[in-house]
Amino acid sequence: MVQTDLYVLLSAILFTLGVLGVLFRKNAILVFMSVELMLNATNLALVAFSRQWGMESGHLFVFFIITVAAAEVAVGLALIVAIFRTKQSINIDDLHQMRG
Amino acid sequence: MHMESYPQLVTLVILFPAIGAFINLFWGARLSEKWISGIATVASALAFVASALLYVYLVNNNYQAAVVNPPLLDGWIRMGDSVIIPWQQRVDTLSVTLMLVVTGIGSLIHMYAAGYMHGDARYHRFFAYLNMFLAFMLILVTGNNFLMMFVGWEGVGLCSFLLIGFWFDKAKGVGWRNSNAARKAFIVNRVGDFGLLMAVFLIFWTFGTLDYYRPGEVANVELEEGSYYAPKGSPAYNLYQETHGEHGEEGAAAEGEHSEEAAPAEGAATEGEHSEEAAPAEGTATEGEHSEVAAAAEGEAHAEGAVAQEGEGHGEEEGHGEAAVVYLNNNHIATEDLGVFGKTERWLEEGGHEVDFGPFNLPLETVLVIITLFMLLGAAGKSAQIPLFVWLPDAMAGPTPVSALIHAATMVTAGVYMMVRANVWYHEAEITSLVVTIVGASTAIMAGFVAIGQWDIKRVLAYSTVSQLGFMVAAVGVGAYSAAVFHLFTHAFFKALLFLGSGSVIHGVEHGHHIAHGGHGHGHDKDHGHEQHDPHPVHGEEQHQDAHAHDDSHGHDDNFDPQDMRNMGGLWRKMPVTYLTYVIGTLALAGIFPLSGFWSKDEILADSWLRAIGEEGATAIQQLGGWIAFLLLFAAAGLTAFYMWRQIELVFHGKARTEAARKAPESVWLMTLPLILLAFGSIVAGFIQIPRGFFLFDSIFGHYNFVYWMQQSVVHSHAPPFQLGIAIMATLLALGAIFFARARYGGENPLVGAEQKDPLQAMPGVGGVWGLANARLYWDDIYNRLFERPFNALSRFLADTLDWKFWHDYVHNTVIRDGFNALGGLLSKPVDLGIIDGVVNGIGRLTRWIAGGTKTLQTGYVRTYAITLLLGVVVVIIVLLLPLLNTSG
Repeated sequence: MVQTDLYVLLSAILFTLGVLGVLFRKNAILVFMSVELMLNATNLALVAFSRQWGMESGHLFVFFIITVAAAEVAVGLALIVAIFRTKQSINIDDLHQMRG
Repeated sequence: MHMESYPQLVTLVILFPAIGAFINLFWGARLSEKWISGIATVASALAFVASALLYVYLVNNNYQAAVVNPPLLDGWIRMGDSVIIPWQQRVDTLSVTLMLVVTGIGSLIHMYAAGYMHGDARYHRFFAYLNMFLAFMLILVTGNNFLMMFVGWEGVGLCSFLLIGFWFDKAKGVGWRNSNAARKAFIVNRVGDFGLLMAVFLIFWTFGTLDYYRPGEVANVELEEGSYYAPKGSPAYNLYQETHGEHGEEGAAAEGEHSEEAAPAEGAATEGEHSEEAAPAEGTATEGEHSEVAAAAEGEAHAEGAVAQEGEGHGEEEGHGEAAVVYLNNNHIATEDLGVFGKTERWLEEGGHEVDFGPFNLPLETVLVIITLFMLLGAAGKSAQIPLFVWLPDAMAGPTPVSALIHAATMVTAGVYMMVRANVWYHEAEITSLVVTIVGASTAIMAGFVAIGQWDIKRVLAYSTVSQLGFMVAAVGVGAYSAAVFHLFTHAFFKALLFLGSGSVIHGVEHGHHIAHGGHGHGHDKDHGHEQHDPHPVHGEEQHQDAHAHDDSHGHDDNFDPQDMRNMGGLWRKMPVTYLTYVIGTLALAGIFPLSGFWSKDEILADSWLRAIGEEGATAIQQLGGWIAFLLLFAAAGLTAFYMWRQIELVFHGKARTEAARKAPESVWLMTLPLILLAFGSIVAGFIQIPRGFFLFDSIFGHYNFVYWMQQSVVHSHAPPFQLGIAIMATLLALGAIFFARARYGGENPLVGAEQKDPLQAMPGVGGVWGLANARLYWDDIYNRLFERPFNALSRFLADTLDWKFWHDYVHNTVIRDGFNALGGLLSKPVDLGIIDGVVNGIGRLTRWIAGGTKTLQTGYVRTYAITLLLGVVVVIIVLLLPLLNTSG
């Protein structure tokens, strides 16, 4: 059986990659995927701990997260499509109408 | 490498194509076409080699199944003690059969695709998807539990979606058609997947596990009956002789008698090389960490001592050599340690088992019926049966190699594989078997009928595939599990051959179209790769660079359809290799002796017939199923021969009906070589299952090899004695249909012009029926009325009425805005102007002053917000952790 700390390490790495992706990517879809990566890194940590303690609750959390993430994907992708239709671009730096 | 470590190769069988997919996905864009197709083909071929080694392993280990825990993946899903689903791969005769088909046919199709896709803008992506498909398909067939099957099932569905819509960006609306076809396939399959998912849930609820068979457990082979088919001289044959010598005539092998049989089985096994080789199978299984189950099983074995045993630690790796405990039954394993099928058998034997569903209980038999019906729904989706077959004909929008690999030879047979895998349940659930028979047989004849009225060369083959899958499903329904897989096996050869042949034809006609209409400059020279294949993908800059190509494809005959058989004719002279191999494939599909289709189709018909006349004590329900299967499948076999020969006449015989057909060249060797190899396979594949006592063939190839092989993992497989009458009738029917097709479409009255009506359409009395076939029996239109329009109407109602009119117009505009305005009007005049203004103006000035300093913070860039958020979180976490630091320090 793989050690739990290895899973947590992987989870941390994935989470960091996700954070960096959100911060440095310009393509909205890639930013979106990075958010998903962060979510799944969290999932991995939850599952790993839940497995270590032999408890189901972590798994159940993960199922909820997956469900919510699926809904989020549906809404998010629809937004990206809508943004693309109005701006002909999914570069998030093109979206700064909120600038003060 | 030692023989006992062979099963570990099954990991590689999946890994090779997965690695190939990875390489091509991430670095393919930078590689040349040769490298891309080379990597993909080699990955597939290596998987084939590994599968072949697994075959060798099984043969040398007396067909004992092995379960492999790949490293790192031992406890795939483990929730507490209640939900344990290991990632285990099963090497047994059924899975190895499927592995060989998938990787063998897959390799040839990869090779073919290297030529067919030449010049495509997304060449690397195509091969990455193709390899990814192989990996998922291999997960599907090698998994040792239903969840792994489900993973593979969804994975191949995804790849199918990606590849059907591969040319989603073709010009002039064709791209839309393609991506719609892809979506259709995906959505229709969701309906089927719902069934499979429900079945998986129910299985888990009923059995508490999803494993087919646990490591160390054997498929409950009925040695006595089975050995009848064993080749002379094989260990099982000898065993059969011995058991018969000692026990004499025993009735149907009930479970209770197994303990009796086990003892002599032990003797026979230890005499031979068996003792050393079965143990490694267990050793492999218990290697790794999955020890609870195996250890428990071991404990039980020692406690019960039902079987003679010496030697210890056969679970240890070192124990390979001296392990001497060999079990040929599962009596030493406690019920809760058995897999789903073992549990089913044990519970049925005990009788009276009930499944607790909370508020109510159901007997196990009823639950099995429900489970198998749900599985049938899943199979109907993936294997394109009524009522969910509608996606498969549309799936022909994908590139032809995809049609051959995914939508003819492998993925669509997943449903059949699943049902054969669950043969223990289907054997038990008579009602389901009847439903399965009805679904399969009616699909077979319906699709065969529709195929007669199609003009598109690939659509004919698509309906033919649906029809042949109907044969397999109906075979499962009549309990001919081995025959179903046998037909799956032979069908993979000749249908892949036919699809690749049709691809070659389309390729040639498309090419001929260019030569005919683009005579100047472009089109003759060899370097016009990206123009080759049927309807061009849009090539971006490439197409603009090549003005000629642009003119050629759009300037002349805009509506030319290179897939329409009316635009062909007389191609046999132009494409001799394609023609010959196509005829071989057609004859094999039509079931002409002695090509492969003859043997497999005949076995299904014979099995149905024996069911129908009540052999082997068939019940009334089973007899009914037998009659339905036999009559419908027999007619469908005639239709098969007819529509296939119609196709031959329309495509290859007669005179060329268009300029394109007149100028069509033969395809390159990269494409014709797989055709030749597959044609060879289509001829010989049937020889693995020659009925006992068939003149000449029996002595050359042996008899019942395949069913003997299958029997080692598919408990209820059996082969019928050869039915000479049925074979002769079926062959005569096929030949008659071929001659009828020849009379109608070739010879005396061939089609002359591309605009001519179908000869059947012109026939009085038949025309209307043909029109029905041409309109595909209005299935799609009915579904359109039944589901699509109401769905669209509902969406429109929700969007226009509920969302826009009610929510936006009424709630937002009327309630919120107007209410707010009214309130604002009230507040603004007396309250605001009088009292607040003075205060506010002061604050306003203050705010402007502050805002002037801080507004630069608000950049509008998302990333700035994100990093602020991140820094904030970090600060919060540090603050939270500070007390900890203090106490520890």
